Amino acid sequence: MTRLRLFALNALLTLLCVATLYPVLWVVKLALSPTQTLSLSANPLPEAVTLDHFRAVLGSSDAQGRWLFGRQLLSSLVVSGATTLVGMSLAVTAAYALSRFRFPGKDSGLQLLLVTQMFPATLMLVPLYSLLQTLGLLDSLGGLVLVYATSSLPFCVWMLKGYFDTLPRELEEAALMDGASRWQVFVKIVLPLARPALAVTALFSFMQAWNEFILAATLLNDAARFTLPVALQRYVGEYKTEWGHFAAGALLISAPVMALFFALQRYLIGGLTAGAVKG
Amino acid sequence: MSDVRLVGLKKRFGDNAIVKGVDLEVQAGEFLVMVGPSGCGKTTLLRIIAGLETADEGEVYLGGQRVNELPPRERDVGMVFQSYALYPHMTVRENLAFGLTLRKLPRADIDARVAEAARMLELDALLDRKPKALSGGQRQRVAMGRVIVRRPRLFLFDEPLSNLDTALRVQMRGELSRLHRQLGVTMLYVTHDQVEAMTLATRVAVFNQGLLQQLGPPMELYLRPTNTFVAQFLGSPSMNLLTARRDGAHFRGAGFTLDAVGEASGEVKLGLRPQDLRVADEGPLRGEVLAVERLGFDGYAFLQTAAGPLAARFEGSSVEVGQTVAVRPLGDVLHVFSADGARALRHP
Repeated sequence: MTRLRLFALNALLTLLCVATLYPVLWVVKLALSPTQTLSLSANPLPEAVTLDHFRAVLGSSDAQGRWLFGRQLLSSLVVSGATTLVGMSLAVTAAYALSRFRFPGKDSGLQLLLVTQMFPATLMLVPLYSLLQTLGLLDSLGGLVLVYATSSLPFCVWMLKGYFDTLPRELEEAALMDGASRWQVFVKIVLPLARPALAVTALFSFMQAWNEFILAATLLNDAARFTLPVALQRYVGEYKTEWGHFAAGALLISAPVMALFFALQRYLIGGLTAGAVKG
Repeated sequence: MSDVRLVGLKKRFGDNAIVKGVDLEVQAGEFLVMVGPSGCGKTTLLRIIAGLETADEGEVYLGGQRVNELPPRERDVGMVFQSYALYPHMTVRENLAFGLTLRKLPRADIDARVAEAARMLELDALLDRKPKALSGGQRQRVAMGRVIVRRPRLFLFDEPLSNLDTALRVQMRGELSRLHRQLGVTMLYVTHDQVEAMTLATRVAVFNQGLLQQLGPPMELYLRPTNTFVAQFLGSPSMNLLTARRDGAHFRGAGFTLDAVGEASGEVKLGLRPQDLRVADEGPLRGEVLAVERLGFDGYAFLQTAAGPLAARFEGSSVEVGQTVAVRPLGDVLHVFSADGARALRHP
């Protein structure tokens, strides 16, 4: 009986793995195949292997001879990095205040943050566009950072507040008695203890900005400033679609995020279970 | 010289009045234990003195200076928390040095003070460990060391021994007493454990429902409790209280008559410590034995009498549950309180 159950369980998990990995393998096959077309065979392994698509994507340049991929990678990195930095520094301080201090408007403010999450991002497109236009920040990476950082703020604040709530207050009181100011308590006690939550939230923030497409496609005009997802979309044209380039680009773009995941794995696991059990 | 002075302190949380007007003076070098049941306001008082809570009304003076508005770090006060509150991401050495580093003391001074405290508390071998690798008693000592290195003028303890097992608690009580003698600083200690109050304190302050009930040396409180609350709170098993009425030369209660003492008249509460009562063949009180606590040669019998429950000491092993026995007081042992228990009228 248990043997049968074990077999069934393994079969199910294997099936799920295949279902998850099959599309990814397909993308790999597309990226490595020499053609630009979608082959309709079910075989996830490429018949011939070439790195041409990768070469083409990596070496792409525009009419003025600017190295597009390099610039786009840089703008993606800058936007995601700056979003994470700006968003985190705002979220961490806000979350701490919301977790520890009592002030008028605290509860309604927290709920308001949640409400903003209920609207789809596309709904904000027009108002954001006109806001950035007024500010003169259209087609600029700074404008994009501003939009990303503020739109990921509610989630980050809630996530971090939830974690701060689990940290024992007595630790902070002990530090206050030891002679620390509020700021020192925050920097020397709270932040080091919140490392798992900080890692998870920062990663979320980074990925959000790294993968975002609609806002970036709407707010940016100059191809040399495109973030990578927008650049990727350019391979899908009205009359022809370069599936090989598209697949190669998709793999290249997901590589940094995967690397980040591996690097932060230890914290991620800690962060996801954090708060469930104290200690 | 008074080191800590509280004047008319009041504190409420929402609709709950926790501290309802407390005046208290602590002399320099004293070991004052604040004791009372949970919710009596003793911990809140301690936190107000520390600066972790603000009083709604009243004043706090430390060393003659009014400190109501000062943040904790400007009060020169150290506190040991019930949960120890060690910084989990720092080693023992960093935990001890934290307060000194914040004050930007020279490295050499910090090292010297940490080494001194570590020697005093036998933490030398543990300095590079993290708190999670320490036992309860060791954590407790680190928590104390963290205060000692800073050399504050006032030590505050919030039920510091309540998470330790009995043997360790006895040992730590000894160490605390030694520390107090060695350092000679003022210590304020909150506990709900009357044994800690009796053994550690130079003076004990008993609190109930947000009010100071009585303040004095432990034995004075034990021998001359000012009301029935203090009388029953200190001493184990707690003092028996029997309702009686003065009738000429006698106190008469339900099913017993005792020789009257003192001036009290009308209805009174009689207080009899179990230690002053003996189970005997003959005696003015009788009741059925409900339970027996044998401590070896002697023990306590818990009776149901016509006047209510009564605990009395016995010697030998003659007492059995279910027996009906007599109890007699050993000499002049009668405490007399007013009928509502609020005032003591007479002590033996």
